[in-house]
Amino acid sequence: MLMTTIGYDKDAADNIIDEFGARPEMLVQILQAFVQRFAWIPEEAIRHLAEKLNRSRADVHGVVSYYHDFRTRPPGKHVVRICQAEACQSMGSRSLTEHASNSLGVDMHDTKNDITLEPVYCLGNCACSPAIMIDNKTYGRVSHERFDQLVGAMRQSD
Amino acid sequence: MAAIRTFVPRETAAVSVGADEIAVEIARVAKARGASIELIRNGSWGATWLEPLVEVEVDGKRIAYGNVTAADVADMFSAGFLEGGKHARRIGLVTEIPYLIDQDRWTFFRCGLIDPLSIDSFRRHKGFDAIEKAFEMGAKAVIEAVADAGLRGRGGAGFPTGIKWRTVADASADQKYIACNADDGDSSTFSDRLLMEGDPCCLIEGMLIAGFAVAASKGYIYLRSEYPLTRLILARALDNARESGWLGENIQGSGFDFDIELHLGAGSYVCGEETAMLESLEGKAGIVRYKPPLPTHEGLFGKPTVINNVVTLASVPNIINLGSERYASLGVNRSKGTLAFQLAGNIKRGGLVEKAFGITLRELIDDWGGGTASGRPVKAVQVGGQLGAYIPAEQLDTPLDYEAFVEIGAMIGHGGIVVFDDTV
Repeated sequence: MLMTTIGYDKDAADNIIDEFGARPEMLVQILQAFVQRFAWIPEEAIRHLAEKLNRSRADVHGVVSYYHDFRTRPPGKHVVRICQAEACQSMGSRSLTEHASNSLGVDMHDTKNDITLEPVYCLGNCACSPAIMIDNKTYGRVSHERFDQLVGAMRQSD
Repeated sequence: MAAIRTFVPRETAAVSVGADEIAVEIARVAKARGASIELIRNGSWGATWLEPLVEVEVDGKRIAYGNVTAADVADMFSAGFLEGGKHARRIGLVTEIPYLIDQDRWTFFRCGLIDPLSIDSFRRHKGFDAIEKAFEMGAKAVIEAVADAGLRGRGGAGFPTGIKWRTVADASADQKYIACNADDGDSSTFSDRLLMEGDPCCLIEGMLIAGFAVAASKGYIYLRSEYPLTRLILARALDNARESGWLGENIQGSGFDFDIELHLGAGSYVCGEETAMLESLEGKAGIVRYKPPLPTHEGLFGKPTVINNVVTLASVPNIINLGSERYASLGVNRSKGTLAFQLAGNIKRGGLVEKAFGITLRELIDDWGGGTASGRPVKAVQVGGQLGAYIPAEQLDTPLDYEAFVEIGAMIGHGGIVVFDDTV
C-alpha cells in the first residue's frame, strides 16, 4: 500500500488542521484544504484527522466518501473537467467531451498519461459555453481547436 | 499628468476568455510606451458576450472596447486607446450600450462600475450607506422595510424574506446566525457569481443588515467549490471589510458585532438544499434534514438561522437606501422588484439582464439576446435549472412572474434562461 502515502506530509497536514483551530465542525473545510495541498485524501489522512479532531474514523470516512471533491485515489498531474450542464450542452459540450476523450486518449472518469478527465456540472460560465476547467482555471468558448491549444499550453507548462 | 484609468475585468467569464492576458499586455505596452496608467480590475457589467470588455476613462467617461484579445492591445495603443481612439474593437461609451441601459439595475448597479477590492470605491457609490441608515432606523423598522418591499427569496422558492427575518428576530436564543447560500444556483446560472466577483461588499452589507435586524453576530457564506476565482475575491473583500472596521466588534462604533466566515462546498449537488448546507457547515455529510424544525427556529448548530441566497441579501441594501415603496413599485402581482435574468446557452448576446418582473421570455431572448448564436430557430428554453422546465417556443410570451410560471407548470428558479435551437 505504498501508493496511499505518496504526497501526504503529516507536518503540513498538522499545520492545516491547526490553521482551522482543530475545530471538528471545520472538517469539510480542512479536507478541502487537504485536497488543495495533496490533491487527494489518502487513508492516512483519515486516520490522522480522526485522531486530531476527536471524531471516529468511520465518521471522517463518511464525510470523505460523501463529497465529490474528496478523491480517495491520486489524480493525474493535470485534471481536465468538461462542463456537462444544460447551457454547455446547448453549445456542443457532448461533442467536445468526445473530442477531449479521443485526443487525450483518456475515458471520462479515468486517469491516463498523467491526465484525469472528469465531468463537472456547471462552472458558472454559462454565457461563454462550452466551458472547461484545467487545473482549477476556467476557460470559455472552447471550440475543438481551442481545446487543443489549451492542452498544448498545459503540456508546455510541465 | 495623472495616470489614465483603464479597466480590465477580473471576473470568471472575462478571465476564461483571456482578460488576465490582456491586463498583462496592457501593462507591458503602456510601460514600453512610457504611458502612465492605472490598471483597475473591475467586475463584469454582465454584457458577457462582449467579454473581454476593456475600458479607458477619458474626461471622466468610460469608453468600452469589446471582444478584445491580447494580440489587439499593441494595435489599440497605436490607434490611441488611451484617448479613446478609433479601433475595430471600440464600442463607445459603456453607459450607452443598449443592452445595459435598458435594465432596472437595483441589485447589480455597482457591478462593472467599481473596483470590487476597494472599500473606497464601494463607499463612493453608496456602499455601507444602507447599514448606517439601518443603525438609525432600528432593527424593527429594517424588517418592516424588507417585508413591505415584498422581497422574496431569489434562490428559487420565493419565500417572503421579511417573514423569515421576523421569525428569527422573534426567536430568543443566546446565538443566532445568518447563512448565505452561495451554492443554490441551479446549473446554468451565474448571477450569484457575477455579484460576488463584481461587488462582494454588497453581499457583505446585505448580511450585516440581516444580522443587525435579527440580532445575529455571526454569518457564513457557503460557496460552491467550482468558483475558485470567486473565492479569492470574496476572501480578500472580507479581509478588507474587517481591516476597515466594517466587520468585527463594535462596527463603526455602533455597538453591533458581526463577522463572516467563508466556507467552501465540496462538489455535492445536494448541499444547495438549505438543510443539507447547514449539515455541511457543521462539518458533516450534506444530508437533508427533516423539517420541522425549520431553520428559523433550529438551524445552524441548533440555533435560529436566517438562510438567504446571495441575490436576496444583495438586494436589501438598496431597499434600505431607496425605500421599500420604490422596490415594490417594480414588478407585477406578487412578484415585486427585479430579478437578474441570465441569458445562456445558444444565444447571440448572453449575459445578465436585471429587469423588473413581468417581462416575457420572448422580450429577453429577442431584444437582449438577439436570438440564437447559431442563427437557427429557438426550439425550447429551459428556465429554472435542472429542476425547472423546458418551455416550448409557443409559450415564450408568458410574463416572468412566479405564479404565472407555476400556472404553466414551470418555475422561474434562479432566473437562468438556457436557449436551445432546433438541432438538439
